[in-house]
Amino acid sequence: MVIKTEPFVVNIGPAHPSTHGVFRMRTTLDGEVVVDMEPVFGYLHRGVEKLAEERTYTGVIPLTDRLDYLASMSNNLAYCLAVEKLGGIPVPERAEYLRVIMAELQRIASHLIAVGAFLNDCGAFMTPILYMLREREKILDLFEMASGQRLTYNYMRVGGVSQDVPEEFVPALGKFVKVMPRWIDEYDQLLKENEILLARAKGVGILPKELAINISASGPVLRASGVKWDIRKADPYSVYERFEFDIPTGSVGDCYDRYRVRIEEMRQSVCILKQALEQLPQGEVRSDVPHLIRPPVGEAYGHIEAPRGELGFYLVSDNSIAPYRFHVRAPSLINLTALREMMVGWKVADAIIIFGSIDINMAEVDR
Amino acid sequence: MATLVLPPDWPGGFWAHWGVFVVIIFVFLMAMVVGFIWFERRAMAIMQARLGPNRTGPFGLLQPVADALKVLLKEDIIPAKGDKLVHWLAPVVAFIPLLMLFAVVPFQGGAILADLNIGILYIVAVSSVTTVGIFMAGWASNNKYSLLGAMRQVASVVSYEIPVVLSIIGVVLLTGSLSMQQIVMAQDIPFILLQPLGFLLFFIGALAEINRAPFDLMEADSEIVAGFHTEYSGMKFALFYLVEYGEALAISAIVTTLFLSGWRGPVLPPWLWFLVKVVIVFFVIVWVRTTVPRVRIDQLMALAWKFLFPLALLNLLITAVEILVWPTVSLWLLVLVNIAIMVILVLLWSRLFKLGWGRVEV
Repeated sequence: MVIKTEPFVVNIGPAHPSTHGVFRMRTTLDGEVVVDMEPVFGYLHRGVEKLAEERTYTGVIPLTDRLDYLASMSNNLAYCLAVEKLGGIPVPERAEYLRVIMAELQRIASHLIAVGAFLNDCGAFMTPILYMLREREKILDLFEMASGQRLTYNYMRVGGVSQDVPEEFVPALGKFVKVMPRWIDEYDQLLKENEILLARAKGVGILPKELAINISASGPVLRASGVKWDIRKADPYSVYERFEFDIPTGSVGDCYDRYRVRIEEMRQSVCILKQALEQLPQGEVRSDVPHLIRPPVGEAYGHIEAPRGELGFYLVSDNSIAPYRFHVRAPSLINLTALREMMVGWKVADAIIIFGSIDINMAEVDR
Repeated sequence: MATLVLPPDWPGGFWAHWGVFVVIIFVFLMAMVVGFIWFERRAMAIMQARLGPNRTGPFGLLQPVADALKVLLKEDIIPAKGDKLVHWLAPVVAFIPLLMLFAVVPFQGGAILADLNIGILYIVAVSSVTTVGIFMAGWASNNKYSLLGAMRQVASVVSYEIPVVLSIIGVVLLTGSLSMQQIVMAQDIPFILLQPLGFLLFFIGALAEINRAPFDLMEADSEIVAGFHTEYSGMKFALFYLVEYGEALAISAIVTTLFLSGWRGPVLPPWLWFLVKVVIVFFVIVWVRTTVPRVRIDQLMALAWKFLFPLALLNLLITAVEILVWPTVSLWLLVLVNIAIMVILVLLWSRLFKLGWGRVEV
C-alpha cells in the first residue's frame, strides 16, 4: 500500500525560541526534511539609515549602538572610522589602542554569546551558554568601567573615545587577559569532542568556498569555509598592523567549523589584548574636533572586522552637519543570504543549528 | 538470601491493603515529583554555575508549590480548530498509566500494591500507553509543532522499546521470575554488576522512553517550541509536567529495582535505601541532561536499531549461555567476565557504528 503524503508549510518564527530575535523561516517540510525555505525578515525595521540622515555626525553614534547590540563597540568603531576618513580627522595614539582593546573585548563577548547560543540550539540544555555568560559578565564590567554602560556603550567618538579609562581598568583588564585562556580551555572541555555534537554539527550545513565568496560572506562564516580573509590583516585599520595574530580558518565550512573558528578567534583576541596592554601609551584620548562636524563634500566607506564579519559604514557628505546618505553593510544580513542553500535537504533539527551557526543579530539584519 | 517480609495483615484484608497503598502511591508520586522538580532545578543550577530557585521558602523548596499554584490559576486554552475531546483526554491518558506503574514497584519487603507474577511485563506494557496520550495531545492540538513532536514520539517508541525489553530479559533470566519482588530478592549481587551491558542498554533506552536529554526530541524546545504540549496551558499542562517528572521517577524506581537491588542494603531501613537509590538514579538523569546536546531523530533511530538492538540481543545470548554452561560458577567471577564482555562489545560496536550523519536527497 502506498500512503499518500504531502509536504506541509511550517512557519518557524518570528516568535520561536531559536530564531534569535524575530526572524521567520517559511519552511516547507516533507516529514522532518526541509524541502524549501523562504526567509522573511523586516519585523525589526526601525529605519536607522533614514534616522541617521536627520542627526549630527556625533548624534548618529548612539544609533549605531542599536544596530548590533551584541557588538556595540565594533559598531561605534566602524562608524567613527568612516567619519574620520570623510573629514580627515586624526586620532591620538592612546585612543587607537583603547579602541582596539574595546573592539577585541567586544569580539570575545559577542563570540561567547554566538557559541553559547549555537550549542543551546544543538540542545545542550543551557549549560555552555551559562558558563560563557559568566565571562561575558566580566567583559561587561570592564565596559562599564570605561563607559558607564553595559549594553549600548556609546563610547567612541569621532577623533578618539569619549573619555579615558579609569585607573583601575588596566589592572582589571590584565587580570582578565590572564585568566581568559583557561576559561576558553574549559569551553573546549565541555563539548569539543562530544560524540553527539560531532554527529550533529560535522558535515551539516556546508557552505562551499565558492558559494561563500560569491555571496560575499565575511567573518567567521567565510573563514570556516577555508578562506583566509580578515579585514584586520587585509586592510588594517586603527593600529592592527602592530599586532601579531593568526587568522583561524576551517576546512569544510560546516557548522562544526564555524563553531571552532569562533573559539579560536577568542584565543587570538586574547593574544591581541595582551599585546595592546603592553604597548598602551599615555596621552590624549581625543583629538580636537568641533562639536558640529562639517566634513567636506565627498563620500567615504569605513569598514572593520566586526565579530559577525565585515561591518561597513558608507557615508556621503554634503558639507552639512548631518550625513547626506548613511548606509550600513551589515554582515548578518549578507551572511544570511546563503541560508536556503545550506538548509534545504536537512532535517528540522539541522535547520535550526545551521541558522544558529551563522550567528546573526536581527537588529542588524533589519536595521 | 534476605527474607521477604510478607504484606502486613491489615484489618479488612485485601481492600484495606489496596486502599492504603493507593494512598501511599499517590502521596509518594506527588511528593517525589515536587521534590524532584526542586532537586533538578537546584542540581542543574549548581552544575551550570548559577543559583537556581532560592527565594520561595527555605532553599527555594516551595518553588514547585508556587509553580503549581500559578499553573492552577492559568486559563485553560483549547485551540479553536483543535479536537476538544481528544485534547481534554490526552493528559489523562498520559497520566493514568504512570500511576498504574507504581502498583508493582516494591518500596520495601512487603510494601507493594500487587506483587504480580508478571510484574516487569506489566511495567513494559503499561508504560507504553503514555505514548498514546502524547500522540493524542499532538494530534488534537492542531498545531504543526505538536504534530511533529507527536510523530517523533511514535516513530522512536517503536525503536527503543525493543532494546529496552530485550535488556530486561537478561535480568529475568538471572532471576527466573517476572515478579518485581523476586527480582529484588534474587539480587545478592546487584544486577548492575552481573548485567552491566544490560544496565547500560536499559538506561539509554529508558532515557529515550521518558523523553529526557539527549533524547528529548518530542519537546525539543530549540526546534519545535514545546513539542506535543505546545498548545497546553493551565492544569492540563501541569498534568503533562507531572507525567514528565513522574516518568523520571518511575524509571528511577524501575532501574533501582531491576539493577540496584531495590530496597535491599545494610544498616539503613529498606524504604530509605529505596529512596536513596531512586534519588541517585534521578541525579544521573539530571547530570546527563546538563551535559550532552540533543540527538537528531534519525540518529536516535539509528542508535536504537544499530547499536542498542544488536547489543541487547548479544547480551541476551551471552546471559543465556552463561546460565546454561556455568550454573554453579562463583557470581563474582561472572561479574568480572560480564564487565569485560561489556567493555569489549561496546568498544567493538562503537568502531562499527557511528552516530551517522547523512544528507537526505530531495
